[in-house]
Amino acid sequence: MTFNRFFLSLVSAGVLALAANPAAAEDKQLTVYTYESFTSEWGPGPKLAELFEKSCACKVNYVSVADGVELLTRLKLEGPSSKADVVVGLDTNLVAEAKATGFFAPHGVDTSALTVPGGFKDDSFVPYDYGHFAVVYDTQAIKTPPKSLKELVEGDSKEKIVIEDPRTSTPGLGLLLWMKAVYGDQAGAAWAKLKDRILTVTPGWSEAYGLFTKGEVPMVLSYTTSPAYHMVAENSDRYQAADFAEGHYIQIEVAGLTKSSHDPDLAKSFLAMLAGPQAQAILPTTNWMMPVAKPAEPLPAAFDRLVTPSKTLLIPSEEVAANRRAWIEEWLAAMSRQ
Amino acid sequence: MRRGLVPGLLALLFLAGFVGLALIALLTADAGLPASSASAAAWFDVTVWRSLRFTLLQAGLSTLLSVGLALPVARALARRPCFAGRIWLVRLMALPLGLPALVAALGLLGVWGRQGVVNQALAWLGLSDPVSIYGLTGILLAHVFFNMPLAVRLFLGGLERIPAEHWRIAANLGLGPFALWRFVEWPVLRGLLPGVAGLVFMLCATSFTLVLTLGGGPAATTLEVAIYQALRFDFDPARAVALSALQIGVTLALLMALRLAAPAPEEGLTAGRASRRFDGAGWSARLADAAVLALAALFVAAPLLSVTLSGLAARPLRLIAEPVFQRALLTSLSIAAASAALSVLLSLSLISTRLAAQARRHRPLSLRLLAAATDSAGSLVLLVPPVVLGAGWFLLLRPFGSVGPFAPVIVILINALMALPFAIRILAPALATHRARTSRLAESLGLSGWNRLRRIDLPCLARPLMMALSFAAALSLGDLGAVALFGSQDLVTLPYLLFSRLGSYRTQDAAGLALLLGLVCLLLTMIGTPATMTSPHRIKEDR
Repeated sequence: MTFNRFFLSLVSAGVLALAANPAAAEDKQLTVYTYESFTSEWGPGPKLAELFEKSCACKVNYVSVADGVELLTRLKLEGPSSKADVVVGLDTNLVAEAKATGFFAPHGVDTSALTVPGGFKDDSFVPYDYGHFAVVYDTQAIKTPPKSLKELVEGDSKEKIVIEDPRTSTPGLGLLLWMKAVYGDQAGAAWAKLKDRILTVTPGWSEAYGLFTKGEVPMVLSYTTSPAYHMVAENSDRYQAADFAEGHYIQIEVAGLTKSSHDPDLAKSFLAMLAGPQAQAILPTTNWMMPVAKPAEPLPAAFDRLVTPSKTLLIPSEEVAANRRAWIEEWLAAMSRQ
Repeated sequence: MRRGLVPGLLALLFLAGFVGLALIALLTADAGLPASSASAAAWFDVTVWRSLRFTLLQAGLSTLLSVGLALPVARALARRPCFAGRIWLVRLMALPLGLPALVAALGLLGVWGRQGVVNQALAWLGLSDPVSIYGLTGILLAHVFFNMPLAVRLFLGGLERIPAEHWRIAANLGLGPFALWRFVEWPVLRGLLPGVAGLVFMLCATSFTLVLTLGGGPAATTLEVAIYQALRFDFDPARAVALSALQIGVTLALLMALRLAAPAPEEGLTAGRASRRFDGAGWSARLADAAVLALAALFVAAPLLSVTLSGLAARPLRLIAEPVFQRALLTSLSIAAASAALSVLLSLSLISTRLAAQARRHRPLSLRLLAAATDSAGSLVLLVPPVVLGAGWFLLLRPFGSVGPFAPVIVILINALMALPFAIRILAPALATHRARTSRLAESLGLSGWNRLRRIDLPCLARPLMMALSFAAALSLGDLGAVALFGSQDLVTLPYLLFSRLGSYRTQDAAGLALLLGLVCLLLTMIGTPATMTSPHRIKEDR
């Protein structure tokens, strides 16, 4: 009966289409776990792989998941049997938790020449780029942006902002920590005040930024580097970051090598390459974050016009890991109040 | 012999195994990690109860609105079997299902948002402050947008199965519109109500992106968020399982109550003639139907139009030329086709076994339990979050080395499971009616089992089968959840591509991809709802 054949052909077509995997190379292999936007065609992944493969006589294989948090979840799910040699894309807030898994080995890369605001140093993780969280606003909708976190909290509640949920997203957690770093014990009260100004809380950065660029809301929690994308790639000055007097909370992206790596030396040289001048020239315009070392080529002029925070805020990773739950509860309580 | 019971039993075993193994894997997960959670007592804290309360509130209201609004629309559609563009209106009702939640949310905001059409019109009329939909209003609006059309399709299927004899007798008796509703239409709809309402309720209860994005703040949080958080940020698999169990338990209790309150009616016997209605000829009825249909069409089409317009502005043709798009399209279609086929096969097994069990004269407890299990199992899988299933299977497959090669299979299975309740809701009433009408024929011909399915069932059930296949495929096409956990370079689907563009500032590309995804869904619904197809139960008139 044709009906059965129809089913069969559907199923087999699906299976065949999916079974086609790229053939494996014969050389040495380096498996790099990272997040998705890193490996997309416009992300830094392909260029960095090309750069590394020129000198290593090896093949770089990326395995990518949705984001940094997912990356850690993936590692925990896989356990010590993970195939990862290198993990790229955890951030400072995840460092303590990542270390606690015991999956990471000391990297042994000389990071003394790296310059990260706040002076991040770690035996297990090499920083490779950073960005400050910032309120990005639409210049066509807002003429006088808030000049401080205080002004944001206490400002006109008709001028809305969209933020991300700290329970499900990294920038959301970033704002939570930013508020904590500035307001301390008063953070709950500050959130209760800011609440009226918050249009909505999205599950992730993409949803929030989507609402923002759609014109639905004039402010969004994003990064100081966001305007660089619009200036460089779209040639538009429309979206700008607001410079806050209290300083900005920083997100530092880090990479580490796993204990289970089958070729630690190769993994180490990948980490060194990541912090090297050539990779540092690639990262800013592909990952849209700031370099941690002097890049081989100067950055586009737009990067000079970005907000440079007067002060960098960072709560130690251990403290974040210990208090995250309590702080999220505090946020929930303040935000759920009617 | 236990004839006819085997397929459903196998399907049940498969479902129980697939879900059960994943849950056990998560519960026993011990990756040698320090437990980040507090004791079990803290599992169901005040936040959880608050989420549960809100979950039930919004899902209950969403169901009430979706189903309540779907009734008049389905009736109007059934009463007007031929008017220009009717087929497109019916197809339109299948479209929202295939859209990723975020795409639909952006479309809805294009209409109802602060800068949307409605607010612009209000501003033009002199209203200074925009009307905000964020909060419960926005959630309800989005859920009605997704589920009202679905309910319309399911109700419409039921109304079109009303035997021609009923209409003829009703016409002979000269029944008025109210009497028609009460004696002909309502009994059919009431029979469908528990199933449709249950499905919509579960969909709304497990809603995640829509609730957070349009909810306006964490006061609007569903249990699904807590589950996601437990598994992702806290990596506390046991807590995720416990929360899933809570979600399943509470919903199951509600569905049972619903079922007890409205038991399914018996199917009437009929010769299976194409039904023809004689009512609704007056101009007031025409006007009322036209108004109802126009409003429903506007409500569903406007956000889709908004998605289309922003998509067109993104020059989608250039996206089609990209190899990465073509690969993603192929991957998405393959996964959708495979999971739709699997889903429909599973549904048919479950339904036919339930019918076989119910058809027996002597029904021992075991048979009744089997019937109940086949009835509810298909629906309940919807309540197990895909992220939980994915994580569980990840753990199970871990000992076999790289999980990558298994990823497509798991994604297909998860998508097939997600589509199961839809396929069952579409196929079960159709199959029941069909069986009631043809069982004597089959017996007299001595046909049973596979032969009966092949010779009598499939030819007559082509229409609901196509509809179920296309619904399941559309659902799988719009799904992001299952792929996200396994997501690697080898497995990029259309929604995954869309989100990855959105995640790296390429909002324009994302808008274009949303339009293309919508077009693929439209194509699917055209296949699922063909314009020229014989009426559902027209068995040749040579009785």
